[in-house]
Amino acid sequence: MLWVELYHYWVFAILLMIGLFGVIAKRNLVKKLVGLSLFQSAVFLFYITMGKVDGGTAPIVGMTDSTDVFSNPLPQVLILTAIVVGISTTALGLSIVVRIKEAYGSIEEDVIHEKDRAE
Amino acid sequence: MVEILNIFIMLMLVITALAMVSSRHLFVTVMLSGIFSLLIAASFLLLDAADVALTEAAVGAGISTVLFLGALALMDVEETTRGVRRIRMVSLIVVAVTTIFIVHATFYMPAFGDINAPIHQHVAPWYIQHVPIHMDIPNIVTGILGSYRGYDTLGEVFVVFTAGIGVLSILGDPIKNRQHRPAHNRGLRHYLIPRLVGRMLIPFIILFGLYVQFHGEYSPGGGFQAGALVAAAIILYALLEGEDKALQVIPMRVLYIMMASGALLYGGVGVAALLMGGNFLDYSVLASTPVAGQQWGILLIEMGVGLTVTGVLITIFHAFAARSNL
Repeated sequence: MLWVELYHYWVFAILLMIGLFGVIAKRNLVKKLVGLSLFQSAVFLFYITMGKVDGGTAPIVGMTDSTDVFSNPLPQVLILTAIVVGISTTALGLSIVVRIKEAYGSIEEDVIHEKDRAE
Repeated sequence: MVEILNIFIMLMLVITALAMVSSRHLFVTVMLSGIFSLLIAASFLLLDAADVALTEAAVGAGISTVLFLGALALMDVEETTRGVRRIRMVSLIVVAVTTIFIVHATFYMPAFGDINAPIHQHVAPWYIQHVPIHMDIPNIVTGILGSYRGYDTLGEVFVVFTAGIGVLSILGDPIKNRQHRPAHNRGLRHYLIPRLVGRMLIPFIILFGLYVQFHGEYSPGGGFQAGALVAAAIILYALLEGEDKALQVIPMRVLYIMMASGALLYGGVGVAALLMGGNFLDYSVLASTPVAGQQWGILLIEMGVGLTVTGVLITIFHAFAARSNL
């Protein structure tokens, strides 16, 4: 069955695009950041999905007695570190939003643009 | 059975994501993003990525939600959507077309779980084969993270460190910011049940964090996960008892030292390897036998990672919290 083999990738595509929609269409800066982290999570899911092997186990030697087939550990390594880096960069973005709010009194993009133009 | 669970979680992920983006209320969006993180952690677990699932559960569902809430405390939680109709139509078209392209591309991807896929033919088999020989540790993910891709991880630690410095420079020193605020005690002190439950949980969260840190070579875990867990415990303490108490337990000065010393420890292990006649971050020369050297190296750099991640995450939390009633 084709869809069983591919539906993980489709979910990835849908999540990715929901995140992108949030970034483009929403004018609220926090909403944009949420969209960005959604986008990021979709990429994580894509990597982990590609690493999965049918009948495999988590890549830890000796957890099961059977002849070990491991899922690919390399994407897991990349994504593990990427998650922590992701939260750090999100925090950086949020702190900039906080400063924008303090300077402009709003986090809506159109209000900020109007204030910029008025000056 | 697992397949059904998989499909169910995937469906829930899409629904949650749609609700996150469409909700007008930012508070709802942030709480949903916590649920989204838990769901995606469950799906990582089903995809055999135990280490990643642990990280996502601690970082995504725990710390990220708290940070967003901390930022929301400083701004309006209602989203005003005036005059965005045209933009929405255009972005819908862009998004739809891109989705079609990506879905089209998936038909050329190897099937899900196919062991003959190109990704499983390159370096991964070599890693799986050689981690038990070179390092003699069961957790292959930790082996690759700490040793084979040590440069990469060093870079990530410095990115986390830099992000911490960045947040501090943008939001300002938490201690100075706190001097401007009214002196009343905050936190959930007057709420008996959260406080009692939290008090019981915190020691166990820290204990589990330490276990994850020092048992990371044998079971899922390592410095990144442990750092996030310990940071979550301290942040929980700060939420329950007020930030003043939390700053008495771990003062900012200690946090700064933690941030820097972790990154320094990691780099120092690399330089030590260099001085002892090996390459940078080549741990084989650190002890009498190469295997023992690798194990020492991984243990030390994981400690560095844990220190930096804990320090940075707690510092970021304090930076937001101190800003909240300026």
